[in-house]
Amino acid sequence: MDCDETQDLLHGYLDDELDVVSSRALTQHLQACPVCAQAYEAQRALRTALRTSVLYFTPPPSLPKQVWAEVRRASRADTRRMRWTWGGLNVAVAMAIVVLLVWSGGLVHMRSPVDGPVLQDVIAGHVRSLMANHLTDVLSADQHTVKPWFEGHVDFAPPVPDLTAQGFPLAGGRLDYLDNRPVAALVYKRQQHVINLFVWPAPSSAARPESTVTRHGYNLVQWTTAGMTYWAISTLNAPELEAFAHGVQQHTMLPSPPKT
Amino acid sequence: MPHLAAAYNLARWLTRHDQDAEDVVQEAFLRAYKFFGNFHGGDSRAWLLTIVRNTCYTWLLQNRAHELTEEFDETLHDVARADVNPETLLLHDAQQQLLRQALEDLPVTFREVVIMRDLEGLSYKDIAYITDLPLGTVMSRLARARTRLQQYVTAHLHTEAKRGL
Repeated sequence: MDCDETQDLLHGYLDDELDVVSSRALTQHLQACPVCAQAYEAQRALRTALRTSVLYFTPPPSLPKQVWAEVRRASRADTRRMRWTWGGLNVAVAMAIVVLLVWSGGLVHMRSPVDGPVLQDVIAGHVRSLMANHLTDVLSADQHTVKPWFEGHVDFAPPVPDLTAQGFPLAGGRLDYLDNRPVAALVYKRQQHVINLFVWPAPSSAARPESTVTRHGYNLVQWTTAGMTYWAISTLNAPELEAFAHGVQQHTMLPSPPKT
Repeated sequence: MPHLAAAYNLARWLTRHDQDAEDVVQEAFLRAYKFFGNFHGGDSRAWLLTIVRNTCYTWLLQNRAHELTEEFDETLHDVARADVNPETLLLHDAQQQLLRQALEDLPVTFREVVIMRDLEGLSYKDIAYITDLPLGTVMSRLARARTRLQQYVTAHLHTEAKRGL
């Protein structure tokens, strides 16, 4: 693949929209060509800036009510017209759909609890970290180096457990972007396997037990403790990845409240 | 993320005005209510955003038709590729403001693809469905729009740096 082709496909590559063959060819070209690699890094930085900045407009709090009032007015008119027909049922169905669209975000897709855009983001983040030669921003096996590095980069303090004794040495940390927010990515190793541990504050403080899934050949373990959401992903086999997750959990549990 | 938020964000970026965006969203939801029979399952967000986008375009046609025919000027802010340093795009408040300006400055047909991809996280396929464009056009518009954003930000940072000397 040459530079012109790379420039054409760069955005598809950045957005994970290329087929495997083109994607692999482009990765190889980026490793060999500093000019294209810089263009890629610049676009990646732009995308991070677009996603992490406050560019998303949130609706005014009064808007849901206004929308609802407007739709109700229309439905009243419809109901008057169709009182004695089955049309009234249609009105009710249409109203129910609007309620879902306004307040819930649509319940049309029923998924298993862990499946969804976050899972896709986690896989993409893991693959990207290995592919784009950008595994770590801070390269250190020392938790006391990695933990303070995050202070300047995310608005929360991720726990950085030392799991060397359990056979998972720390390799470093990285800033990543998942679930529409910047997250901490901790990198651990197990022999030749890389484990990415993504950590970010959970939307609710409710703890969630771990669940393990396999997707696209990767094993993923997800759980929530002490107000943080964790995703561990690796090509490591599921039992060993679960052992890793247990190790992390032991270090991150809230101390049990003192008995009085 | 409730769909109402996605609807408002898209409408706000396409109209570039708070009140106009609210009006468009109300109108779009009314249309969604009336045309729910056209919804055949699948991704309800993409379906709703299609209605929001069409409502925006109707609104623009009635109120600011010239914005729909704005040309994409490739020669603007011609900055050499090597000048674009990733580090200069890190997140300072001033640069977020600059990025906002750069986005607002894009013609609406290019602005919308960036909003849908980078702010809303939609796939190329969803964007093609919403905009009724071929996939290749979505990709090339996205590429040109992002390149322009980068040049805009870089050019302004250069100007500021010179002024600082």
